[in-house]
Amino acid sequence: MKKININFELNNEGWNLDVEPSDTLLEAVRDKMGVKSPKIACDRGDCGACTVLLDNKAVRSCLILAAEIDGHKITTVEGLCPQEPTPLQKHFARNNAFQCGFCAPGMILAAHELLQNNQKPSREEVQEAISGNLCRCTGYEKIIECMVNPDLKSGEDK
Amino acid sequence: MAISHQFEYHRPPTFGEAMKLIADYKGRASVLAGGTDLVNWIKEDFLAPEAVIDIKNIPELKKLEYSGNTLSVGAAVTFSEMIDSARVKELFPLIVEQSQVVACHGVRNRATMVGNICSGVPCCDSGPVLMVYDAVVHVTGPKGERKIPVMEWFVGPKKTSRDPMEIVTKIDIPVPTVKNAGCYVKLGRYRGEDLAQASVALLALEGGETRVAFGSVGPTPIRSREIEEFLKGRELTDSLWPDLDKLVEKTIAPISDLRATKEYRLHMTKIMLKRGLNAVCKRLVGTGPAYGSSLL
Repeated sequence: MKKININFELNNEGWNLDVEPSDTLLEAVRDKMGVKSPKIACDRGDCGACTVLLDNKAVRSCLILAAEIDGHKITTVEGLCPQEPTPLQKHFARNNAFQCGFCAPGMILAAHELLQNNQKPSREEVQEAISGNLCRCTGYEKIIECMVNPDLKSGEDK
Repeated sequence: MAISHQFEYHRPPTFGEAMKLIADYKGRASVLAGGTDLVNWIKEDFLAPEAVIDIKNIPELKKLEYSGNTLSVGAAVTFSEMIDSARVKELFPLIVEQSQVVACHGVRNRATMVGNICSGVPCCDSGPVLMVYDAVVHVTGPKGERKIPVMEWFVGPKKTSRDPMEIVTKIDIPVPTVKNAGCYVKLGRYRGEDLAQASVALLALEGGETRVAFGSVGPTPIRSREIEEFLKGRELTDSLWPDLDKLVEKTIAPISDLRATKEYRLHMTKIMLKRGLNAVCKRLVGTGPAYGSSLL
């Protein structure tokens, strides 16, 4: 099949890549660009572990063809925190919001999208925003608590 | 899992070029909008198109417009765009209520209403709602344009009236001319990403008409003229329930699958219809539960 040449931005860095029409964005990000935070789990859009931001919106990278992202901007957790974890990530860490961490990259990006548009979300809004991100360890409680009280300014324990 | 099936990928910048491509492939190409169903179906070998034609760069298909009392939803308009539209919120709160329960936020950022009805699965959330609005699907093919009333759109599970040589351009949804209130009640096992076990869409119009449609309880979404006739002009009282229960039994044909048994679907559909009717009656006079709140 004819390869597709795509230009796009991954984590604020310009890329030019040849992809097969059948490559998913998830495979391209992990295998061709070496960015491993989006996880391969259900691989059918049910679990949210492969979440990336496409033009600042959380999407399922397993359901997007790599060819579709020509001209667009992709952000993964690596791009959110090139130097150090974001205040939100520190907040999650301080409060032991995650256990195994497999869902964390997707969860953090879903949280990031919500908090960008809504600094003080209600519990219901938080639950809705992460309802497509499955976590099998935590029971979600700590994750939701951290997002309802994001404490983004201080970066310190209270 | 990599996609094992190999296909060509095209992203035409104009509608004319998309039509030419679909003709060149003689209908053996798939149209890609959000891809949340299509990519899965190719992965699962349910579809094996020779080519995928991505329509997201065609400007006219990205339009969400309101004019002449009609909302036009272009083929590349996502559910998130509909939920965020002030005009849709104001005039079609039922569509927002329904769009908000389609899968989860991350899917809605990508998935489109046109794609939802093109997939044509029995649990399609948009089907029942478009039915109560008497929506019209616009398709263009080699022989020109066709307008298909949504009542004639769904043919069977994953089967629609679209010919493989045609592309859906938009759905036209007329705003009711009288004061109205609707509701969409969806039964699922959990929030986020779950498909409906059963769903009920209602649209009550001032003057005594109530439109009724069901999802996930038959091979296609079902609109029930019989229940609508029965409800016409009647005041909603508990004495109606036994007759309504019988009409629901006559109307729907649920199956048992991994999400629910047919008995559970039938039982819950009766309850959802009652709760939905109570809600729309109250919403019509401005006292009902806010749009988007759970009615179950």
